[in-house]
Amino acid sequence: MREKLLRWESILLLLCILVFVWGSASTPGFAETDNISFLLLDYTEVALLALALLPIILTGEIDLSVASILGFCSALTGVLWDAGMSFETIVPIVLVAGAVLGSLNATLIVKFALPALAVTIGTLGLYRGLAYVVLGDGAVTGFPDVYRPIATDTIPGTFLPYATLVVLVLGVLVAVVVHYTPVGRSLYAIGLGEQTARFSGIRVQRIKFVLYIVSGILCALASLVYTLRYNSARADNANGMELIAVAAVLLGGVSIFGGRGTVVGVASALLLMAGLRNVLFLNDVTNEIQNVINGLLLIVSVLVPVVANLVRRRRTPAAAATPGAPPPQETLPDPVGATAAPHGTPEEDQR
Amino acid sequence: MIHQRWSGKRALLAVTSMGLAAALVAGCGGTTKDNAESGSGSGANSEKVADPNAPIKEGLQIAFLPKEIDNPYENIVDEGGIAAVTELKGTGKEVGPSDASASSQVSYINTLVQQNQDAIVIAANDPNAVAPALKDAMEKGIAVVSYDSDAAVDARQVFVNQADSESIGRSQIQMVSEQIGGKGKIAILSATPNATNQNTWIEFMKDELKKPEYKDIELVTVAYGDDDDQKSFQETQALLSSNPDLKAIVSPTTVGISAAARYISSSPYKGKVVLTGLGTPNQMRQFIKDGTVKEFALWDPEQLGYLAGYAAAALASGQITGKEGEVLKAGKLGERKIGKNGEIILGPPTTFNADNIDDYDF
Repeated sequence: MREKLLRWESILLLLCILVFVWGSASTPGFAETDNISFLLLDYTEVALLALALLPIILTGEIDLSVASILGFCSALTGVLWDAGMSFETIVPIVLVAGAVLGSLNATLIVKFALPALAVTIGTLGLYRGLAYVVLGDGAVTGFPDVYRPIATDTIPGTFLPYATLVVLVLGVLVAVVVHYTPVGRSLYAIGLGEQTARFSGIRVQRIKFVLYIVSGILCALASLVYTLRYNSARADNANGMELIAVAAVLLGGVSIFGGRGTVVGVASALLLMAGLRNVLFLNDVTNEIQNVINGLLLIVSVLVPVVANLVRRRRTPAAAATPGAPPPQETLPDPVGATAAPHGTPEEDQR
Repeated sequence: MIHQRWSGKRALLAVTSMGLAAALVAGCGGTTKDNAESGSGSGANSEKVADPNAPIKEGLQIAFLPKEIDNPYENIVDEGGIAAVTELKGTGKEVGPSDASASSQVSYINTLVQQNQDAIVIAANDPNAVAPALKDAMEKGIAVVSYDSDAAVDARQVFVNQADSESIGRSQIQMVSEQIGGKGKIAILSATPNATNQNTWIEFMKDELKKPEYKDIELVTVAYGDDDDQKSFQETQALLSSNPDLKAIVSPTTVGISAAARYISSSPYKGKVVLTGLGTPNQMRQFIKDGTVKEFALWDPEQLGYLAGYAAAALASGQITGKEGEVLKAGKLGERKIGKNGEIILGPPTTFNADNIDDYDF
């Protein structure tokens, strides 16, 4: 029980509640319906990118090209719309384009066994560049009033924007897949030790390939939301958003080395970041200070598990000697992780 | 594992169904650009009637939202604006994003609405991306003034223009032509590719170049430094090395011209390549003195902000509504008439050179 309370996810949720309570108490205008829905809406795209990144990071890989895929898909939307194509046709095309860009990442990383960091730093520039090639420097606007409300309006009578509902549904979907299916458990296994996972019969390559394609599709979806929300398709849309999304995932307690993390954690991190940003904005705190606060939060999130581990090891010196002692993720429904450890991938190496 | 054996078929199924769905949708026609343009969206406050004798309300809260918070030029504009608001017994403040992107401005607009500001004065990074949020603000009774770089016409009530775009654009070409003797290759170093003001000026510059007296001047390229000092510096470097016979660079942005001047002053191009454009005297003083730059132009940004501040206060107090023909009383600047599309013009730009630069401090 004590373990559960001390878990990072619980701390995050508590911080979330603190921020929202503090916000409503101290800042006029914070607790209003309009503001809450705006606060949620403002993080829709980041949340979608984070959902794309979460499973990838769980396997110990990374995808830094997410925001560039968003930018490319937005530019593509603009060009097709400008060419007079119907929006209903553009949507599937853009989703397929996202999948194609994702599979290019996957091909380079999986088939050619290149490091994901290098590949996606490359495609981060490549896709953003392609976005400019496709659309040029201009902006396309005038997207249909029929569809724009999906990205801007709330469900009548509530504070919940449609776009956030989409994120919630996808979030639940990802949570179910990650935490309650064999595929999900394979992700943790791959993250904890790829060799071990492969020898245990997990089709590591295929899973990774699919993850990057799914990531591409989610980014394309995010691009549609972004384009409709701002009613503006541009090549530089969401420039730099990949870092916010990665930060949200890491803040959510997902290990950058893979094998550890939960959807609840990432969701709390997103809510915390969105809430904090909003409160700070309303109090006229400048962007620079906000970046400092976000940066510190991120460092703390990476530091806490390490420190906790150190403290634990000092208390029970025996734990360090036993290679099978599974550190903090014992509360996860993760039998694979437990079986993977004895195969000789000491967790400590990965932190 | 079962899911692996099936995934090939599944993928095929998924692709086929996606294709089918696309074909189906395409077949049905759907919403295209041509039938989506509704053309409604009239300004929410257009029905209001101006009362020229209404007193300026006291204690107005007016926020200035520049393209980015660290842009020294817009900081000066906003200082002028805040001074005007203080003069009118209101509270002015400057908030803004640290990057010149459209979406980050939207967050600020929404925040300002939530803070119940009386007026928002904005230099738009993207006229359309900020439009929905600004319209929301106007619906809630907040006065919206754009300055420097306009927002969509129906998303603001008044646009305070530094000088009319045409005379700025054309004068840039006249200035550069004079300095290079009406002959040679030139390049433009602009800000972001979407900056409304930059693009309008560049259009007029291109138009001016079509005149017969400029037939020997060739515009090689337009480079974009994104109003980022480092990027502008690198773009200048790239322009000069890829066009060895370049005669002049015109940079109609304060960030661009100072970065370009810094590069040229320490390079072999110094004295050989002409640099001109729009800059602030304080940023350019050393480059005028060391001979890198002979002449550049700008209007007084403080007055621009001052005028915008007065316009915002007058709008929020009901003195004006932004209709053509209304008269804005702008304190020490006197009166300005509101032109077509709610445009108010500050006045012609000033040219700075070695003779007069020390008379200015901004």
